[in-house]
Amino acid sequence: MTLFLQIALDGILNGMLYALVALGLTLIWGVMDVINFAHGEFLMIAMYVSYWLGFLMNIDPLVSWVASGVFVFLLAFATYKLVVSHLIGKPALSALLATFGLSMFLKNLCLNRFSPNFKLLSVTALSGKTISVGSLILSLPQFVIAIFSLIVIFIIYRFITSTRMGWAIQATSMDKEAAELMGIDTEKIYGLVFGLGGVCVGIAGGLLPTYMPVHPEVGSLFGLIAFICVAMGGFGSIAGSFFASLLIGLVEAFAGFYIAPIFKYVAVFALYLVVVMLKPKGLFGW
Amino acid sequence: MRYRRSGFGFGYMIFGILAILPLIPGPLQGPFAKHVLVMVLLFASMSQAWNLLGGYCGQVSFGHSVFFGIGAYGAGMAVVKYGLTPWPGALLGAIIASIVSLVISYPCFRLKGHYFAIATFAIVEIFNRLFMVWYWVGGALGLDYPIIEEGWQNFMWYDTKTPYYYGAFALFVLVFSITRWIERHRIGYYMRAVRDGQEAAESLGVNSPRVKLAAMAISAFLAALCGAFFVQYNLRVDPPMVMSLDMSMRFVLITILGGLGTLWGPLLGAAVLIPLQEYTRAIWGGLGGGVDLIIFGLLIIVIVIRQPRGLMGFVSWVMGRAQGRG
Repeated sequence: MTLFLQIALDGILNGMLYALVALGLTLIWGVMDVINFAHGEFLMIAMYVSYWLGFLMNIDPLVSWVASGVFVFLLAFATYKLVVSHLIGKPALSALLATFGLSMFLKNLCLNRFSPNFKLLSVTALSGKTISVGSLILSLPQFVIAIFSLIVIFIIYRFITSTRMGWAIQATSMDKEAAELMGIDTEKIYGLVFGLGGVCVGIAGGLLPTYMPVHPEVGSLFGLIAFICVAMGGFGSIAGSFFASLLIGLVEAFAGFYIAPIFKYVAVFALYLVVVMLKPKGLFGW
Repeated sequence: MRYRRSGFGFGYMIFGILAILPLIPGPLQGPFAKHVLVMVLLFASMSQAWNLLGGYCGQVSFGHSVFFGIGAYGAGMAVVKYGLTPWPGALLGAIIASIVSLVISYPCFRLKGHYFAIATFAIVEIFNRLFMVWYWVGGALGLDYPIIEEGWQNFMWYDTKTPYYYGAFALFVLVFSITRWIERHRIGYYMRAVRDGQEAAESLGVNSPRVKLAAMAISAFLAALCGAFFVQYNLRVDPPMVMSLDMSMRFVLITILGGLGTLWGPLLGAAVLIPLQEYTRAIWGGLGGGVDLIIFGLLIIVIVIRQPRGLMGFVSWVMGRAQGRG
């Protein structure tokens, strides 16, 4: 029983991390109907920022996540201005292909600059520490990311549902033209949403080097899982992607333990297919 | 009528030019140039196979590397495991790919837009991981070809690439002829009707699930044949090489770049992207770590932003201008 609970706990903690990564994608997808294929690479860049700050200047990831968040915000904003803004209203595939080009660019730029080697910050305030709850063991870095993820999701949810800017975002996502007629600067909204999407992965990536090594390929799998979380949750639904992420974390943990580690992602992707077979628009889709 | 006849002549002209390309003395004679030509024809065929489903029928699949991979494994297993010629394996692989495509269509065709795209991502990842641990087909190590007798029977040559070129050319003619035939017959009109408005097509009596399944099965069959050619040319196959998202993205990129849902778009796209990719690799690949792909990635962004409707859009614009003046 302890083992079962332990696996469930690990799954939920991992799911929270996925939720934070997927949140950024949900916002972009929901408001702009664009799949940002470079989302995983944004996470990787954030991890590198945090890693180098820690390695060169001894700044702890508990502090440097702010820098990662800001950096990826700027990166995402620049991506919007330079790439995605030219493709709004064009065939849906265009933005996906352009961001695929961007992900290829970023991945290989990091490969070229930082080598394919795995890099890990082993001496930080968090790394290697654990908390015991009864007979269960919680990894502190994972726990901290989970807490951050809850806080960020809560803040963004409140921002969207109860500020004027948030209402403007909702209006834009529902009907762009009508929102423009009401005096909303949709261009600005799109830039902001893309940047916010970047902040979410920026924060996640800033904290990750405390227990996960950085390498140029690290973003690919996260990006893919984030797509699955968002699509399983349903079109642009923040709550949907949150619960889908937890479910995916759990399935991954249980399949990895009870079947075989190599099958954990097979189980995740198979689960997605089963869910969309039953509900073609995702769990919370309409 | 005039348009149809001129389109017909244009096709034969392209086939004719491609047929004599390796005989022209000059820069095309080097082994590297031949390699690039082979890859152009292979990827043009492959993207055309994708185009049948993605372009004409409007179902943008990112899962075609699965069918490509099944075809590659079919031919590879026949040679490596059973000591046969690759031909029966290629055919069997293509049939299996069609069956697999029909099975995975069941969940996928209920989805629309981005949901369909992500479902096909998931399918590629599932197949990739299953092939990685399926030891009967070589697992993560893949299959390595033995050295066997040269010739058409084994479809294998060691010192010249010209026969491979003609193999790729035959594949290209096959895939393009089938696409051209489909484009001008009832099934092709049904496919475009389903793409442009599924409900409207259904109200006029088009059985859209059946049309989509037919497009999927033909597309998967041809994709698997391309995969079989690829493994014969490459003499090695492993899961990341053939069954990856990157491979699928290449088919999609080439088609979109050339022109989605047009007959000559995939050839045009492949003729631009493949040399670009191969030459950037040859020129900058030696600098270490991904410089070729950095540049390739940037080029993709620029091309997609500048010409989102593909090069065929550009060509028809130029031809329209020329006709208007003439």
